[in-house]
Amino acid sequence: MKKILVACGTGICTSTMAAKKLETQLDSRGLKGQFSISQCRVSELEFKANDFDVIICTSNASGSFDTPIIQGLAYLTGVNMAKTTDQVVEKLGL
Amino acid sequence: MESMGLLRQDLVVRDLEASSDQGAIEKLAMFLHEKGIVKESYINAIMEREKVFSTGLPTGSIGVAIPHTDVEHVNEAAVAIGILKEPVPFTVMASEDDKVDVKVMFMLAVKEPHAQIELLQTLMGVLSDPELLNTISEAASNREVYDAITSVL
Repeated sequence: MKKILVACGTGICTSTMAAKKLETQLDSRGLKGQFSISQCRVSELEFKANDFDVIICTSNASGSFDTPIIQGLAYLTGVNMAKTTDQVVEKLGL
Repeated sequence: MESMGLLRQDLVVRDLEASSDQGAIEKLAMFLHEKGIVKESYINAIMEREKVFSTGLPTGSIGVAIPHTDVEHVNEAAVAIGILKEPVPFTVMASEDDKVDVKVMFMLAVKEPHAQIELLQTLMGVLSDPELLNTISEAASNREVYDAITSVL
């Protein structure tokens, strides 16, 4: 089970929007059941990031951790969504 | 129509005049406060939050912003739509200093985000529909904005 962390400023608004869309996109690629999605505030990333395989951000993220970060605006606007999902799948190694 | 309870015709402000992102946010937030939707503290909170976590979004057509802030400043869940007379630059979400000229603001008064997932998804549908965004930005009445959005649900 691959673990995805979606982060935004408050951990509830744009991350909720992005997480829902990302889930739909991954499911449509036949990956249902192979990943889990959690949400948090970007300020919590420093403490949580290392427990996840990839981080999707809709706000600026900083902090020292090794988990790859992918910018998640595509899941809010639909622009370049397939490309972003390609990146997520690649980072997850699925 | 029922699912659009949070989207109200009387919460659409057209021809909003502002010279900056902060000015635009302040005007629409004050409007929400006058309507009783948010507490007075919402106004300052949403302006400050925009400085730290910017909300400008380059879409397939016009620039959009979705300013919002923490739930404790909100009395009642709603979305206000502000259509700017002239676009103003907002910082793009998740960028250091990229700018997008914003024509339409969707100001979110969120109370329980997980209960409002339907609304957030509706909003995403709107954001990813360039034609609909153009219709909203050029609407001649609040009714037109409301009808355009409800027609795609």
